[in-house]
Amino acid sequence: MTMHTTDPYAGERLKLSPFYARAEVLNIRNAWASWNGYKFAECYYDAEYEYFCVRNTCATYDICPMQKYAIRGRDAEAMLNRMVTRDVAKFGLNRVAYCVWCTDDGRMIDDGTIFKLSGDEFMLTCGSPCTAWLAKSAFGFDDVTVTDVTDDIAALSLQGPTSCAVLKKMGLDGIDTAKPFDIMRFPFHGDTLMVSRTGFTGDLGYELWIPPALALKMWDELYAAGENYGIQPFGEAATNMTRLEAGFIMPAMEFNEALRTVHFEHDQTPFELSLGWLVDFNKPHFSGRRALLKEKQRGPKYTLTKLDIEGNKPAEGSYIYKNKRCTQEIGYVTSAMWSPAVKANIALAMIRTEHLHGELWAEIYYEKELRQYSRVAKCERKEKPFWAPARARATPPPDY
Amino acid sequence: MSSYDAIIIGAGHNGLANAAYLAKAGLNVVVLEKNDYIGGASSSRELHDGWTYSSSSYVCSMLRQALHRDLDLGRHGLLLVPYLGTVNFGDGDERLFAYHDEEAAHHELKRHSPHDADAMHRFQTDLTRYSQFIRKTLLRTPPDPTSFRPRDIRELLFLGREIWRLGEKEMYEYTRFFTMSAAEYLEDYFENDLIKAAMASAGIIGTALGVYSPGSAYILLHHVMGDVDGSIGAWGLPRGGMGAISQAIACAAKEHGGEIRTNAGVQKVLVEGRKAVGVVLENGDEIRARIVVSNLDAKRTFTRIMDRNDLPDGIYEKASNFKIRGSSGKVNIALSGMPKFTGVPDNRYINRGGQGFTGSLETMERAYDCWKHGRWSDDPFVESVIPSAWDPTVAPPGQHWMSNFVQYCPPVLSSGPWTAEKRDQFGQTVVDKIERYSPGFKDLIVHMEVRTPHEIEQEIGLTEGNIFQGELTIDQLFFNRPFPGYAQYRMPVKNLYMCGSSTHPGGGVSATCGANAAREILMDLRRTNTVPEDDFYDE
Repeated sequence: MTMHTTDPYAGERLKLSPFYARAEVLNIRNAWASWNGYKFAECYYDAEYEYFCVRNTCATYDICPMQKYAIRGRDAEAMLNRMVTRDVAKFGLNRVAYCVWCTDDGRMIDDGTIFKLSGDEFMLTCGSPCTAWLAKSAFGFDDVTVTDVTDDIAALSLQGPTSCAVLKKMGLDGIDTAKPFDIMRFPFHGDTLMVSRTGFTGDLGYELWIPPALALKMWDELYAAGENYGIQPFGEAATNMTRLEAGFIMPAMEFNEALRTVHFEHDQTPFELSLGWLVDFNKPHFSGRRALLKEKQRGPKYTLTKLDIEGNKPAEGSYIYKNKRCTQEIGYVTSAMWSPAVKANIALAMIRTEHLHGELWAEIYYEKELRQYSRVAKCERKEKPFWAPARARATPPPDY
Repeated sequence: MSSYDAIIIGAGHNGLANAAYLAKAGLNVVVLEKNDYIGGASSSRELHDGWTYSSSSYVCSMLRQALHRDLDLGRHGLLLVPYLGTVNFGDGDERLFAYHDEEAAHHELKRHSPHDADAMHRFQTDLTRYSQFIRKTLLRTPPDPTSFRPRDIRELLFLGREIWRLGEKEMYEYTRFFTMSAAEYLEDYFENDLIKAAMASAGIIGTALGVYSPGSAYILLHHVMGDVDGSIGAWGLPRGGMGAISQAIACAAKEHGGEIRTNAGVQKVLVEGRKAVGVVLENGDEIRARIVVSNLDAKRTFTRIMDRNDLPDGIYEKASNFKIRGSSGKVNIALSGMPKFTGVPDNRYINRGGQGFTGSLETMERAYDCWKHGRWSDDPFVESVIPSAWDPTVAPPGQHWMSNFVQYCPPVLSSGPWTAEKRDQFGQTVVDKIERYSPGFKDLIVHMEVRTPHEIEQEIGLTEGNIFQGELTIDQLFFNRPFPGYAQYRMPVKNLYMCGSSTHPGGGVSATCGANAAREILMDLRRTNTVPEDDFYDE
């Protein structure tokens, strides 16, 4: 038998985040999933416990696997403005903006955030790799370079009501003056720790950006500071709960990325996803403009809607009907859960726009000791996010 | 002189819930509270700078989701955080860890007894089945078994059907449950004494019964039938302490137009022509209303704030004999740091949840013997939790407070009345017990609030300091609560109602008594019902 000095399966194994050494120890349940080829925690101890840390104390979420691109050069702004639907020219320095970008047909490719780091330097983050689309978008611009910096930056999200207190305790003086979507920089062991007041939980929270070599040092200092503030890592399961309460969309849940969509119109437009506010027709030309303008005038076929559903059975995978007898199907649920904080049976659903203002009924299936049951539940449309505490917008934020 | 549709006496959480539902129906209501704070036994009080105690009740699992959701208590500031991880301390070095993960918990039980580890599955399954049945009755008015009114017959049929669904064997088991002791009941499942003791502790909390006293098996069930988001038996800590529950319900009541007055103790319920017409306050003010609702316990209502001559024959005697024996004390301790317990690993998920200083069945029974003889237990059963380990709002960062619930502590001592000195001695007994398991504990103490049944009665008006507003024994449960014939929230004087834990379904921060009473009142006043049905027991 041949002894391998190198792992023959190395090519297939998941990559490890710069925070892995610490995360591994805290992943008591050994509950790992993957994201973009990185080993990624589904949960560490208990999804609901972690969820409550986000809502009650604070918790960290490893966002290293998120894609990060540095876009630099005199044409960087113009290039991004050509690509995304918001007006990048209006973005302030050291500010973060949530954006979407579409195909020429106005179908959504992905969503993400753009960080304006200087006049000619931006960082784009998004869920899925998009090097090819960025290259296409840069076509025709002379002075712009796009660099995948995913592996050059370690990123950790710190979310929850005590998150600001923890960063203050960690020594980040002035962090409490950061407004939502602000970026601040702090000296950190001879390098720079960038902190943005952003997140994916709808609560008070920050994202920390650091060179990978300093990742563990930052983790240790953060966790030392957070010791008495209930700090705990949280995984994918708790993230999905908190983002749904905040009303945020998730790829492969609410939308199917346009460039990976086989079937006609099985992808979505920003208007269908209730993200019309991100589309700016007053700015220079951008991908999908004509199609989106047409859609705006005509109205989207579907509209993503927040639902409060009677009863306590999550409407996962349910169809939405116009009538209680469930004879006229008008939509489908994309994400659903019982919200422990709001004490409501919440869901996001795609509803055919013309039926949006009528009655909505969900046919919910659930299991009880191996037997299937079903229940038809009335749904109420909600305009506001299910979870939007005042502290998420307050500056300075409260300590808890 | 002011006039209202309804006066609610006592701003405990049930009184507030009652007010919220009456106000929601459009009634002009006022809640009158003798203290300068609301919440009664569900309150948060900052008694030492920077520390907020849940002075009386300290954890929550019975608050019905249907009410939580319907009153929109989340929007009114209530966040109920489930806590996990409990350590039970034996008399000696034995420790029993209740891990959150089912398989880890199984292995831990196995360490003590492989037999009991397996038996736990059957025990939990049986308890869940019983709990589900009882949970169906919580937000319903008990039927009068002697009545032929269609509504009573309908409710009896509902119960009959639910009992029938349990199956023949379970029907027998169920009747046994109400009459057995917790220790006997557990005998059928377990062999290990610490496991039995840990399970039996829920059977004595708040009651003047011992683990071997008939009736304590039901108390055990009463404590596990609650849930946090459908996870039966789980307990939660309201962010900001138990007062957050009362505050949220009060917000809901006020949003619907309800009025709440503090420092407004009621001296007397006014009765004219055999009808309750209002109240006289301790300051002499008179307030009139169409109906009067008492959130005080049955004994206090009928023997303290009602004129005996206004009551039909026999009611005063019934109220005087109502079993409402004080049996427990509470010691709230502010700590400068997190206590360390011997024999407990440095596992943050287990060492900062709950602590059960259970000892053994024998120790618990001996503790009860002290109560019988009019003494506080010298080696008491203490159930503790450290809320500040979970809730960043109740103590300064890195500092903590520990809630210690103590069995047993008598309302009247054989040695004479309670004094401040005796109260402090009682507190010291509890501290000594904890110190045994946590050397150095005493050095961490920053402030202490010691509450014997005497303090509990004086401060929040629970007769004898009984936390349930009356024992939860079968003679005082369901259609017997508080008295046979008066279980539907209407009291012997017309236009007088009760909405506290002296009524069905009894003690606990469930808000169900107040909601159930509101439903009956609205029916009498021919108003549209505002109280939701319970849709959260189908787990």
